[in-house]
Amino acid sequence: MRGATQVRWAACAVAVALTATACGGGGGDDGGSGGADGIVSSSWGDPQNPLEPANTNEVQGGKVLDMVFRGLIRYDPKTGEAENMVAESIDSTDSQNFTIKLKDGWTFSNGEKVTAKSFVDAWNYGAALKNNQKNAYFFQYIEGYDKVHPESGSASAETLSGLKVVDDLTFTAKLTQKFSLWPDTLGYSAFVPLPKAFYDDHDAWLSKPVGNGPYTIESYAKGSSMNLRKWDDYPGDDKAKNGGVDLKVFTDNNTAYTDLTSGNLDLVDDVPASQLRNVEADLGDRYINTPAGIIQTLAFPFYDKEWDTDDARKVRQGLSMAINRPQITDQIFQKTRTPASDWTSPVLGEEGGFKKGLCGKECTYDKAAAKKLIDEGGGIPGGRLKISYNADTGSHKEWVDAVCNSINNVMGDNKACVGGPVGTFADFRAQVSTQKLKSAWRAGWQMDYPLIQNFLQPLYYTNAPSNDGKWSNEEFDGLIDKANAETDKAKAVTTFQDAEKILVTEMPVIPLWYQNGSAGYSDRVDNVALNPFSVPVYEEITVK
Amino acid sequence: MGRYVIRRLLQMIPVFFGTTLLIFLMVNVMGDPIAGLCGDRQCDPATAAQLRSEFGLDKPVWQQYLTYMGNVFTGDFGTAFNGQKVTELMATAFPITIRLTVVAVVFEVVIGISLGVVTGLRRGRPVDTTVLILTLVVIAVPTFVTGLLLQLLLGVKWGIIKPSVSADPTFDELLVPGLVLASVSLAYVTRLTRTSIAENARADYVRTAVAKGLPRRRVVVRHLLRNSLIPVVTFIGTDVGALMGGAIVTERIFNIHGVGYQLYQGILRQNSQTVVGFVTILVLVFLAANLIVDLLYAVLDPRIRYA
Repeated sequence: MRGATQVRWAACAVAVALTATACGGGGGDDGGSGGADGIVSSSWGDPQNPLEPANTNEVQGGKVLDMVFRGLIRYDPKTGEAENMVAESIDSTDSQNFTIKLKDGWTFSNGEKVTAKSFVDAWNYGAALKNNQKNAYFFQYIEGYDKVHPESGSASAETLSGLKVVDDLTFTAKLTQKFSLWPDTLGYSAFVPLPKAFYDDHDAWLSKPVGNGPYTIESYAKGSSMNLRKWDDYPGDDKAKNGGVDLKVFTDNNTAYTDLTSGNLDLVDDVPASQLRNVEADLGDRYINTPAGIIQTLAFPFYDKEWDTDDARKVRQGLSMAINRPQITDQIFQKTRTPASDWTSPVLGEEGGFKKGLCGKECTYDKAAAKKLIDEGGGIPGGRLKISYNADTGSHKEWVDAVCNSINNVMGDNKACVGGPVGTFADFRAQVSTQKLKSAWRAGWQMDYPLIQNFLQPLYYTNAPSNDGKWSNEEFDGLIDKANAETDKAKAVTTFQDAEKILVTEMPVIPLWYQNGSAGYSDRVDNVALNPFSVPVYEEITVK
Repeated sequence: MGRYVIRRLLQMIPVFFGTTLLIFLMVNVMGDPIAGLCGDRQCDPATAAQLRSEFGLDKPVWQQYLTYMGNVFTGDFGTAFNGQKVTELMATAFPITIRLTVVAVVFEVVIGISLGVVTGLRRGRPVDTTVLILTLVVIAVPTFVTGLLLQLLLGVKWGIIKPSVSADPTFDELLVPGLVLASVSLAYVTRLTRTSIAENARADYVRTAVAKGLPRRRVVVRHLLRNSLIPVVTFIGTDVGALMGGAIVTERIFNIHGVGYQLYQGILRQNSQTVVGFVTILVLVFLAANLIVDLLYAVLDPRIRYA
């Protein structure tokens, strides 16, 4: 009798355990049909800000805008070159007054026509201070920006005085300074047109954005998923080659990767660092590792007198030479980074201003020369280099420790360089932007548009918005101004490079490596590629 | 009994204010959340200032706390940085986590108590030793290891489950995550029940019941188990709150968008409105669970009712 009860208990437990696993297996959906109607499922991250074009400044929200919107210009997904999209032409005789003509026949997916007003209103909305748009500064070159978005106080104008609607398909833009490459910046998502519905019922629009791109949003569950479907009447020539994309928010990219390897997900556009060792075995040639417009650097505090001396300049050059970039990119990043030898990115291409080796020996590991330079400069200011980084995301600790090891090796001193973790990204950014840091910190730059100007001006021009170290150099500023005023694009690029050469001797930040975009996909889909912004080119993906 | 309940309810008030204030201060100590909103670039000062005043971050902390608490009593938990109402976030997150917690607690109760009774009645036998070793292993191995292992084996290798659950998961999708979440507590429940049963099995009233010739089943369930459950109920009761708040790891592994996910996101983005709001609710859950435990005592053991 006693034996029987015991068996019954055990059977119960086993039964529960079995149903647990058996039930869990149910409810699978196979993603529907293949071919031109096939749906691609892809990993996604929760956008940090509401999905407004001028308010989206990170990749996850940008990804959606890129599918739902088309602006005046579009960057070629392969070469990154700026090409007219909605714009018929963008002309200027003086690099300062631009006339923008639109192609006829573009509409939003709700049927509304895309007109000059759709652009002008959207830009005015984006620039206005009261709308709190985080990308407002993209409109700073347009005349009247200081009125609608003053640095402090309240706005004295509602609209940008530099923008004028001429007729349905034409508008003009007047800039505050000469800027020949300005049309090439207009592919950024902040510059897309917006339909009337955006202003009429803002909340409704936010819960289901309507645009003029190849996809429409079928459903959007904030924080967890978004289903996009091909827009059959899309007027552009880059129509979607699949039936739609289902974006699914993952908290942890490891889970997304696991989902991919078990066949539940078609596309992961961020292979977790911990899986890089297995990725080739797991995916074979379905793993993509291509350059993206991102560079990582070490920045220094020039608001601190110790770092703003001629001696410190030598020290920075020495430190740059003390970092063994190839070793770190191989061993820690598994070749998903490329050692940097200039301050731009390979995605610009030679013509766009990328110049391999521009930094020369100053960015090449040389133990003896490094030690000599640092000693000549009187050693590291403060006696020790502390590299601050945020410890919450991005696994920065590993490479910061490696960089420090490299420097310590050169200096023959175990304590010459240490990492300085900061708890959260927000706190880290707060310390950086309020000039609290007294030694180096990790910095990174993801391009807004594939232009050499974007890699130099926002970062190193005197008092530029992202010049966190407050570096300032008159000669550099002068060359940037000159390059911007240049009407010939090739000449502008060489002038920008002349400015970049000043960075070699001054070394305001040490270039570390160019970051690649990494992605993996299932054998259900084909033609997967990443654009220069490391975002998958969704409309090109085909489903088998 | 009534006075007892009222006293317990009154005790909840200072606990509620104390915890929310503490959380509020802790989140604020972490620094300026607006700085992180613009990514690796600096927010433009005018917009940053405006955002700060919109979220009330330009006022002193005590004033922020007072306004916040004032709003909470009208059911307004503020707005998260992505423009969503915190109450909206709660409405999506809590049902999912409650489902997960229910699954976990059911596992604890069913498997934990069953195993506890079996081993308690057969202490020293091979079954007992095996279960003891197993529970030891479960307690020693961290949840994320068990979680990832089960995910790898069941999800990837054998394809029995999906490695991640859907956006609005059903109970059957949550079985494996629930088991993982319950695992450690389950082991404790087993051990607690075992000890308690083993102790009471020698008690006079059990001997009397057996001597009366009651069926063994009745002796075990009505007499032995009922009296042995008090410590177990205490544990499970307090565990409900811990499971809801502690689901961060499990929710991450299986991509469940519940409370743990929202808290994690809130802390990462330093969104005090989200963090404080969710913690406030969790505190209430904790308090309620404790209250229910205390009331259950009285049901299980009438002596407590009159004490």
